[in-house]
Amino acid sequence: MTTVINVPPSLDDVTFEQVLDQIAPLPADEKILVDARHARWASPFGLTALLTLAQTRAERAAFAPPEAEETVSYWNRTGFFRHATELFDIVGSAPKQKPAGESDVLLEITPIAKSDDVHEVVGRIQQKAQHILTRELNLDAKATMGFAMTLSEACQNIVEHAGRGGWVAVQTYRWTKRLGRRVVVIAVCDAGVGFRQSLESAPGRTRSDRWDDAMALEEAVVRGVSRFRDPGRGQGLAGVRRYVGRWDGKLSVRSGTARIAIVPSWDEDVALREGLAPFGGAQMQITIPERTAGR
Amino acid sequence: MINHIDLSTVLRRTVCDLYSNLVTRPTGAAVRTAIETQLAELGGRTVTVIDFSNVGLLDYSCADEVVAKLLLPYCDDCPPRDAYFVFRGMSETHLDALEHVLERHRLALVLQGDGGEPTLIGAVSEAERRAWQATLGVGGGTSREIGGAAGLAMDEVEMVLEGLARRRLTMRIDDQWVAVGAPL
Repeated sequence: MTTVINVPPSLDDVTFEQVLDQIAPLPADEKILVDARHARWASPFGLTALLTLAQTRAERAAFAPPEAEETVSYWNRTGFFRHATELFDIVGSAPKQKPAGESDVLLEITPIAKSDDVHEVVGRIQQKAQHILTRELNLDAKATMGFAMTLSEACQNIVEHAGRGGWVAVQTYRWTKRLGRRVVVIAVCDAGVGFRQSLESAPGRTRSDRWDDAMALEEAVVRGVSRFRDPGRGQGLAGVRRYVGRWDGKLSVRSGTARIAIVPSWDEDVALREGLAPFGGAQMQITIPERTAGR
Repeated sequence: MINHIDLSTVLRRTVCDLYSNLVTRPTGAAVRTAIETQLAELGGRTVTVIDFSNVGLLDYSCADEVVAKLLLPYCDDCPPRDAYFVFRGMSETHLDALEHVLERHRLALVLQGDGGEPTLIGAVSEAERRAWQATLGVGGGTSREIGGAAGLAMDEVEMVLEGLARRRLTMRIDDQWVAVGAPL
């Protein structure tokens, strides 16, 4: 039997929870069909999370692409189908793919598994980011290097802690619904061990009475705790937090059944959500908004 | 002896000849190992100028691996050799990553500006900064001379200068103190 999982028309970090809610009651080896026929839009988080979802399934999932031509065209330009065809059984014919690198997106969906992959994405983003961040988002020129540094540290979280490869994507778009401004968004998703299991592997760690995904996220994201004893560890996420704070951005990290967020004044998200549908690994989103006069 | 290390050359030689960014821990560890190998070939007292001029991006993880882990053993009671370090060619974004790393480990280093002028960055107390500036200002001198220039009492300046020497920020030559990075 195949269970159909409906992808909402607009797929982002918030609506992806609807996908996970449908999957939560199913065993990992149950065949699923991820039905994106009615999807019209997806954020970098939505697309990388779909690929991550495929990695979590013991039984290879099927995938029905969006029906809308312009949606398929955009998803194709992000590189989604290049990776989706390797992870899903595509229902119908997969869209004809563009060669990698021939796209107008800021950073196509790129697999991250090793240190060299991080060098590759940092090199690519530096070429494209400066113009977009300074001209389109009115950010200071200094923001560009910090942006690449933030991207580097976010990707290294996969290399250093996930235990398996993940995905990164970067795109700019106008965030009409919540902000009415342009934003640049980094999404970094993996289906690895997640924050709780990573911190549990720290040598000599003693478990406290309250220990769950939410507490693991608080320790890692807020207090800079790492599974390594080395006092130099944990600086990457702290650096991401500082960058996000400096440019009035938002950071959210989901792992297991919890999600933590550094929430700027323009957003109404809550800082910590617990009891979410379980999802392996870690999924991070960094949102930097366009600067407007007076901000 | 003054030794010069161009980090972008080390990066290209040891990791990949296409890279210009110092990012990721494995990259940082490889670059640091190459620097340590080069230092091990030198004998006696050395001042090594580590040049970031042609490095694009430096992230926190790599700054921790290249700079902090390089300096830490030398700030120990038994340093591996009599080596001192001066850093140059650092951009504002390099410094952003580096300053947090130095604070985290309570380290400090001498940074040479574009005009050659040395400055201290990182975790230093007010007394340490005054003593180091005074040492630089008088072009090296005895504890008494430096204490006078820094406005520090004799017993205090001795202790501060000893501490700076242990952190590889000053060096002692007979009864004279010299600021690392001072023009020779």
